[in-house]
Amino acid sequence: MELNGSQMIVEALRAEGVKTVFGYPGGAVLNLYDELYKQKYFEHILTRHEQAAVHAADGYARASGKVGVAIVTSGPGFTNAVTGIATAHTDSIPLVIISGQVAAALIGTDAFQEIDAVGISRPCTKHNFLVKSISELPLILKEAFYIARSGRPGPVHIDIPKDITAEIGQFNYPSEITMKTYKPTIKGNPRQIQKAAQAIRESSQPVFYAGGGVMLSNAVKETRSLVELTGVPLVETLMARGTLAAGDPNLLGMVGMHGSYAANMAVSEADLLIALGARFDDRVTGRLGEFAKHAKIIHIDVDPSSIGKIVEADYPIVGDLKIALGDLYAQLSEKFDKNRLSDWRSRLSNYAAIYPLGYDDEGDAIKPQWVVEEVGKALGSKAVITTDVGQHQMWAAQYYPFDGANRWITSGGLGTMGYGFPAALGAKKARPEATVVNFTGDGSILMNIQELTTASANNIAVINVVLNNNYLGMVRQWQTFFYDNRISHTDLSAQPDFVKLAEAFGAFGARAAKKEEFLEAFNAAIASGKTAILDVAIDRDENVLPMVPTGGALYNMILDYKE
Amino acid sequence: MQTERRVISVVVLNEHGVLSRISGLFAGRGYNIESLTVAPIPSGEYSHISIVTIGSAKVLEQIVKQLHKLIPVLKVIDHEREKTIEKELALAKFPISESLSDIDALCRAYNGKIANVGEDFIVAMVADEPDRVGNFLKAIKKYNPKEIVRSGVVAMER
Ligand SMILES: Cc1ncc(C[n+]2csc(CCOP(=O)(O)OP(=O)(O)O)c2C)c(N)n1
Repeated sequence: MELNGSQMIVEALRAEGVKTVFGYPGGAVLNLYDELYKQKYFEHILTRHEQAAVHAADGYARASGKVGVAIVTSGPGFTNAVTGIATAHTDSIPLVIISGQVAAALIGTDAFQEIDAVGISRPCTKHNFLVKSISELPLILKEAFYIARSGRPGPVHIDIPKDITAEIGQFNYPSEITMKTYKPTIKGNPRQIQKAAQAIRESSQPVFYAGGGVMLSNAVKETRSLVELTGVPLVETLMARGTLAAGDPNLLGMVGMHGSYAANMAVSEADLLIALGARFDDRVTGRLGEFAKHAKIIHIDVDPSSIGKIVEADYPIVGDLKIALGDLYAQLSEKFDKNRLSDWRSRLSNYAAIYPLGYDDEGDAIKPQWVVEEVGKALGSKAVITTDVGQHQMWAAQYYPFDGANRWITSGGLGTMGYGFPAALGAKKARPEATVVNFTGDGSILMNIQELTTASANNIAVINVVLNNNYLGMVRQWQTFFYDNRISHTDLSAQPDFVKLAEAFGAFGARAAKKEEFLEAFNAAIASGKTAILDVAIDRDENVLPMVPTGGALYNMILDYKE
Repeated sequence: MQTERRVISVVVLNEHGVLSRISGLFAGRGYNIESLTVAPIPSGEYSHISIVTIGSAKVLEQIVKQLHKLIPVLKVIDHEREKTIEKELALAKFPISESLSDIDALCRAYNGKIANVGEDFIVAMVADEPDRVGNFLKAIKKYNPKEIVRSGVVAMER
């Protein structure tokens, strides 16, 4: 079949089953946009900023489990997209980013809107391509999707010179491919798995440490079966919330800087730590020398470079988590004496009982944790929750009742303010039946507020709950705790009128300063059927607790803070 | 932490930008490159890259894993010292007034020869183990070399 480059792209997206594409046009992608105009296979959502297009594709990918796609133009279009690409890279989210480039003959001449896009994206993508001739375009498109979704997923960037999007060539889109140089290991080594199973049988204080890989490899069910079988308690990283259902007696809560007392103590006292698709981020480990220092480590990860990078593994297993957990289950299902762990389990329940997560809800001011809990009560675990970055993110992670995969969407690795709202829009496109709530802060929401237009223009309804403390709250918290309360440039008292702002963009806006007002506003937002901004005045000085100070040992948590 | 020198061979698809992927990996993650040599493998779509690097055991392990993770990388060989042949080329330029016969003898001792004789300068060439090339460069100091170029290491298993 003879097609031009733009038609090839459209056909490839169709062949990959892409339903929604996010993007923003410009000179270098004009040919492609002309083709998008003609096609009927998928919907294109025009965002109002390229960063938002990539975050939306990312939210779409996380909510659907499929590859997200974004299209941007050359030069500033591409550089605007970089934060989105880096965000997806850090959290291993499968994306294909297509950018326009100046015509091939102009590359290297400092032409109008030329930038070395592949040079810029190299360190923040899983892989990237500069298309140099039309003949290689079909294979590059196929490889891009394959690389993005296989092994450890990640964003793949394709930079396409404008003339190639018009040039005509042969289009034979391969249905399957194998690449000589890229072959991710899928099945974990059976002997290693056998040894790991033996280690689990012999340990008396084991803990599962679930990371984002549980979600990425779709291994929630397998993890739950194994926990059920063994009775080994589990802690979750920020990215793994929902691995076990909230309230499951085997769940000790989130681990790390803002983890629960029980989770952090469990890891500190464990004699065996079973890491499932987790990468030992410093926000999880605290001071490394003290992290799980009594424990042997089983580390299962599809990415060999993740294993042994931070913490030496006694039982390294490279492979897809879902498959490895199935194999591990088969090894253990014969005989596992759950009762052996009863001392350990009761010690941990005791920890959970002495320092449960909690907050003081005495005064008049609305507590942010209460807001999260109320939304949780109203919507339950079926809602899709996105967040921005800051205190609100941690409160959402701590207090929302999660249950299962693809419903908790947050920028964990890069911590990108401005992520939540566009990601929510993408998630809503992927899961139109679900209610989507973005917990955000008064700082973060302003970083991609222009996407209110995208929401209104495309009738995408998500609810932004702005936990408004008139601060860059998380930074203020650090200034309070560690800089003697010197509040340097984190006071956000100068604020826009969020209600008017929402209305100006054709969205729903409401303000709440009392609990009843919040419940009213929240119900009205849902009833409006529009994207909403709820400006919730929360207790200004609330802190996220517990907290492990940076560089501190995980077992030394600030549990209570009084000035 | 104890550091060691290591020679790593990487076989990569001979494609656009692949070298900057490799060097970018070293730069971005703060690994050392002592030398890097690259050339296409004859009659094929691959190139052979020889990298000499220095790091702790943990860093060296990461270097190998991270290199392997790059999509165009076919093979990474982490050379064991005893099983590896390492060679390096050096060129040195001397004023014609220096003793030609001394320099010639020295070159021969280091697996080399006088490569060029011009009106004002002679150019000597040696190809040997990197340590020995180092020794050669020390030995020639007294003949006032005007310019010295080293190639970086190429390596192959015995
Ligand atoms: C793009 C970006 N810039 C800066 C930061 C550093 N940062 C982390 S949290 C935070 C404060 C966020 O404030 P807000 O959105 O109001 O949320 P709060 O902490 O008050 O809930 C800042 C500035 C960041 N994570 N991302």
